[in-house]
Amino acid sequence: MNLSFKINNKEVTVAIKDEYTPLLWVVRDVLNLKGTKFGCGKAACGACTLHVDGVAIRSCSYAVKFAEGKNITTVEGLGDIENPHPVQQAWTEEVVPQCGYCQPGFMMVTAALLKENDNPTDEDIDNTIINICRCGTYYRMRKAIHRAAELTRETKQ
Amino acid sequence: MRKKLSRRKFLIRGGLGTLGVLAVGTGIFRNPIRREIIDFTDSFVAPYLGSGTEANLWFEITKQNTIVLHSPKVEMGQGAFTGFAQIAADELDVNINQMEVIAAATASGVVDNLGTGGSLSIASMWTILRELAATTREMVKLEAAKKWNVAVKDIATKNGIVSYKNKSLTYAEVAANVTDWEIPTTPALKPFKDYTFIGKPLPRIDLNAKVYGEPIFGMDAEMEDMLHAVVVKPGHIGARFKYANYTEASQMPGVVKIVQIDNWLGVIAESYNEALAAKEEIEVEWDIPKIWSEEEIRALITVGNGNEMLVQKEGEALAKEDTFLALEFKSPLGAHAQIEPNGAVASYKKGKITVILSTQVIGITQKQIAKALDVDIDNVNVIPTYLGGGFGRRLNTYHAIHAVQMSKVVGKPVKYFFTRQEEFQNDMFRPPTHHIMKGKLNSEGLIANLEHHFASGNVATDSVLLPNITNKLLGADLGAIRGGSIHYSGIKNRRAVQWHTPLPFATSWWRSLGLLANTFAIESFVDELALQGNKNPIELRLAQIEENEEGIRLKNVIKKAQKESNYSDVVTNGSAMGFACSTDAGTPCAQVAEVSIVNNEIKVHTITCVMDCGIAVNPDQVKAQCEGAMIMAMSAAMHEKMYIEEGQLQPIIFGPYEMALIKHAPKEINIHLLQGIDKPGPVGEPPLGPIAAAIGNAVRRLTGKRITEMPLKLS
Ligand code: FES
Ligand code: FES
Repeated sequence: MNLSFKINNKEVTVAIKDEYTPLLWVVRDVLNLKGTKFGCGKAACGACTLHVDGVAIRSCSYAVKFAEGKNITTVEGLGDIENPHPVQQAWTEEVVPQCGYCQPGFMMVTAALLKENDNPTDEDIDNTIINICRCGTYYRMRKAIHRAAELTRETKQ
Repeated sequence: MRKKLSRRKFLIRGGLGTLGVLAVGTGIFRNPIRREIIDFTDSFVAPYLGSGTEANLWFEITKQNTIVLHSPKVEMGQGAFTGFAQIAADELDVNINQMEVIAAATASGVVDNLGTGGSLSIASMWTILRELAATTREMVKLEAAKKWNVAVKDIATKNGIVSYKNKSLTYAEVAANVTDWEIPTTPALKPFKDYTFIGKPLPRIDLNAKVYGEPIFGMDAEMEDMLHAVVVKPGHIGARFKYANYTEASQMPGVVKIVQIDNWLGVIAESYNEALAAKEEIEVEWDIPKIWSEEEIRALITVGNGNEMLVQKEGEALAKEDTFLALEFKSPLGAHAQIEPNGAVASYKKGKITVILSTQVIGITQKQIAKALDVDIDNVNVIPTYLGGGFGRRLNTYHAIHAVQMSKVVGKPVKYFFTRQEEFQNDMFRPPTHHIMKGKLNSEGLIANLEHHFASGNVATDSVLLPNITNKLLGADLGAIRGGSIHYSGIKNRRAVQWHTPLPFATSWWRSLGLLANTFAIESFVDELALQGNKNPIELRLAQIEENEEGIRLKNVIKKAQKESNYSDVVTNGSAMGFACSTDAGTPCAQVAEVSIVNNEIKVHTITCVMDCGIAVNPDQVKAQCEGAMIMAMSAAMHEKMYIEEGQLQPIIFGPYEMALIKHAPKEINIHLLQGIDKPGPVGEPPLGPIAAAIGNAVRRLTGKRITEMPLKLS
């Protein structure tokens, strides 16, 4: 069957054999966007986080059929070097990544948080950001999240 | 003496995501110096010699006048590539922006057969990399001198440009016309003060790739016409394959083939999801010789059981009839839990093998594949990628063999990676440990005797890095003893005794090896002795360290931590400080944790960390390593635990395998770096040592209770 949705502002139609295929594999292996990562396949680590209609979703556990007609954003669509998303800007300023593997997931969930709340408290962060980073970049990440919030507020002014 | 070398025109490399990308290098410099190779052989098992005639490749000058360093070490988050770029740029006389670093593939680069680990990436490359860079710069100057017919000494180099009076050429322009390179003897290195990039907190050179989600990891690799595979492995410890019914699974959509090799089944399909779905349908019967229990495993790891080895012996041992304090400590089985699963993309074609993967042991991966597939080693090209975490897990890459075997069967490239359950059940774990600490104070309240008796499973024994004979000769497990000896040279009578027992499943290298658990035991116990002798725990430690070079460095980090944290052993407003220190791989580190009890849980608010790692090539990345190492150690010490349930290793997923999240990380981390030696020392593991004891020591002051077991819990 064919499914159509928008990904990073581009309309795509993909031929799908099994509509319950996790969106993650369609994004990675069919659309060849490798920025969204596989970590566990069980919605337990957050490495596969992307946005569906602006909401952070763990795409390893989200059937592709639910993406029909929706608007998907992956880390590749968040921003680019010329035009970074505030989260990417902040992540760069704070030099957050170590191995980097978990980082797209964290940036995506942070971007979704800031859309809802552009001035999150530490408690908001603790409650919302529950992905796993094995390299232990949490200390810089918290600083980067506050910085990204600040950048977001500045752009709104 | 000058040697003539001929130049190869192109360097063919397989890029990530594509195969057979032709990278154009206008000039390729070969490892020119014998002495370096000899130095290299000292620290590495053997230098890579390619087909036997092709020399080692290090630097490549591109048309765009950038320099590509083909690194024998991989980047797994530790920041090694950034440090290498800084080191090389300074001696090459290029700008840092002109440096690129990639991991060398075995077919075309230097292979480091010892691998990336042991906190040694920067420390081991410090001299050789500067000398090679300086030599390369001189080679460019020699060629420019010939071109202009002027003396080499009159030629200046800067930002990748050679100049003489009003003439100038880029390195790329010089290299473009050279067919034979002259190799000078190794030039003198620059004095430290002339370095522009070394010692600066520059941003990581892989920062953009990692912030914008570029496909740089093993998991992101692809080959043309590639199939996807999953593997069925036993869930029970020691289980052997008996019988499988996969008739139905073979008929499922997308399935290309199901193969049975040795003790596993491979399911190869057109997509990952189809392979996974077919795997669910396979019925397997296993031969399970024994259902292991948690108690049995714990009993194996007990002081007094297994192979005994005296690791440290100074002065007298405590006698049975002495009165002394004794405490028992324990640490659990731990998983690596790196977020990128293990895997490989492999192609076997007419006896030629190409494998793209995340590995810490490029050369060993290559050798193992060649041996398992019975092909000549020159026919195996291992292309390393960026690693989504290493932590010692990727010193073992047997899955690469599986991927190649499956590719051979189906005649197409195959991508195979672990599910998370496989990752947890087939980890090469950090072994559990058991410790008995014994200590005696003299009449002044100083420690007169201190003994550490400890039991562990394999760390280095039977590992790919050490031939078994080394361990047989030494008697001890070299990995498990890390941090096991008493680091207080001022204590007259000290002992460390290791008891070593292999477990019925694989345990191996886990970042910092024995350091995490050994330091927890020793430093918690020293704190207990301080309390018993009514002494300030820092003053007690300072009084028991001798003033030799190592002792002075350790004392300096302790004093600095005391000062920077405003250390006090009095509980204030429900908050207490805990202190601990260790020296690992020659790097002393002291930490103070500020802790309180919130909702009946241990909450770490602030950590002060002081480390003397010598020259910090990139101080910001050294700090990042300290932060990450301490948070990883906190996660292991306060949350993580694998266990055995009805013969299976559990848990099999994050969540049940509890790990530190952002909410558990301290909101304040203060790091101070000292430079007690004039070269870079190990960085990535030493900061894992003190933190568990530092937290436990703070909790002891808050609750009056000594926590003796990891994960640290209040009751
Ligand atoms: S891969 Fe989706 S949450 Fe881990
Ligand atoms: S940066 Fe390595 S897992 Fe987060």
